Amino acid sequence: MRRRYRPPFIPSSEITDEKLWRDRRRIIRAAGIAGLGVAAGGLATLAGAFSGRPPGKGKGNAGAGSEALEPTPWKYITHYNNFYELGTSKSEPAENAHYLKTRPWSLSVSGECEKPGILDIDELLRLFPAEERIYRFRCVEAWAMVVPWNGFPLSDLLKRFQPTSRAKYVEFRTLYDPERMPGQKRRVLDWPYVEGLRMDEAMHPLTLVATGLYGKELPAQNGAPLRLVVPWKYGFKSIKSIVSIRFTEKQPRNTWNRMAPDEYGFYANVNPDVPHPRWSQKRERVLGTGIFAEKRPTLPFNGYADEVAQLYAGMDLRKYF
Amino acid sequence: MWRRAYKPAIFLLCLLPLAQMLWQLSSGALQPNPVEALLHGTGDWTLRLLLVTLAVTPLKRLTGWRRPVLWRRMLGLFSFFYAVLHFLVWLALDRELLWSQILEDLTKRPFVMVGFAAWLILLALAVTSNLWSMRRLGANWKRLHRLVYAAALLGVLHYWWLVKADVREPLIYLAVYAGLMALRLPWPPGGTVMSPWRRSL
Repeated sequence: MRRRYRPPFIPSSEITDEKLWRDRRRIIRAAGIAGLGVAAGGLATLAGAFSGRPPGKGKGNAGAGSEALEPTPWKYITHYNNFYELGTSKSEPAENAHYLKTRPWSLSVSGECEKPGILDIDELLRLFPAEERIYRFRCVEAWAMVVPWNGFPLSDLLKRFQPTSRAKYVEFRTLYDPERMPGQKRRVLDWPYVEGLRMDEAMHPLTLVATGLYGKELPAQNGAPLRLVVPWKYGFKSIKSIVSIRFTEKQPRNTWNRMAPDEYGFYANVNPDVPHPRWSQKRERVLGTGIFAEKRPTLPFNGYADEVAQLYAGMDLRKYF
Repeated sequence: MWRRAYKPAIFLLCLLPLAQMLWQLSSGALQPNPVEALLHGTGDWTLRLLLVTLAVTPLKRLTGWRRPVLWRRMLGLFSFFYAVLHFLVWLALDRELLWSQILEDLTKRPFVMVGFAAWLILLALAVTSNLWSMRRLGANWKRLHRLVYAAALLGVLHYWWLVKADVREPLIYLAVYAGLMALRLPWPPGGTVMSPWRRSL
């Protein structure tokens, strides 16, 4: 085994509360500015991506991406959710969170790989220690927030199962259990929720498996115990409460694409120039701001263009939206 | 007489949704997306009050209770009042007065177009809701004001085309609308309606 790291047990009394967490971030940010000269090359590019400062853009740039990322407060991230398995309104997922028991939980990995298998959630958490990633999050509904996730690169997990050369895509599935996910009792969507990524998207260092939020365990309404986070794509790509990963040769049909193919594509890259048929994607509402606050312009690939635009070189992004 | 207090009471009742929204806005209860909450709240109440307005005639036919006819204009105007708020929130806070985007919405997006069409109808009805217009328009007044049935249907459609997957709520509005329209059909065919509970005004 490559890594045998056992995270120490943390009693809930020792978990950082949001205020302390914020103070800590402030100190880290100050230190980060002081140490800016040290970071160089590709490392700086990636570090910039994680902290939300797009590389190559000076401080004077007035674009939305150039400002330091101020995380959205915990109560908003956890009480304004699109998670139809726990209810179709924004507030229901938090209200119904108690239904979603996350133990026992296991992840099955199958398809085009050398070593398919099943991983228990606690073993998975031991094998892949979480790091913090502060990402912009942009919903297809034109609202946005900033989320301090805890998680690990999806590529670390995928490599363990040794995908073969026939593995061109990765398909993800959410748990199907109407008892634990009462929203599934009505066929609002074609359950279970399915999402997919191209192999190179899945292996990209920005693509994260999130297991925590603000240094705490991931709340049920945010997709506990493990979810995908693909920060340059609309939020619906970041599938929650995953139980199955499958390597496939063919492109998977994701749930929203099956629901409304003209509105939701497979790629779903954040793109201000490709409107949703029912609304413009040019600007986004930052959650938690006042009623007179201006929306901010949406950035191509949600501000991560420097990191991911080359994945789509030569592709017609209007066709492959 | 208590009956004289009915109309002012209903007037105040119609202002309650607005009062609640303003209270929630000031207390932060509409966070984290207050503009969306105001947009949806004002839209909901436009449609609800429009359906209440359309319930006056069936109520009279079924129960013989004719007093609500005296409140119908006020109810309709309150529906328009929330429609104006809805339109202003959309224009100024949601679309941020960006005219190119507003024009795009009004010409390309069917759910916005039907909503705007409904709004224009309500505007025409509100403007002609006074006694002077009634006299001036004569028989045409009634024809014009029959457009309220179209406005309500367009309003339901506007809501239906907005939701992404869960059409339960628009369906409820559609069912209420269909029911209120069905109750207007002559029944028995050709006959007049006799109510067993006919009451005096």
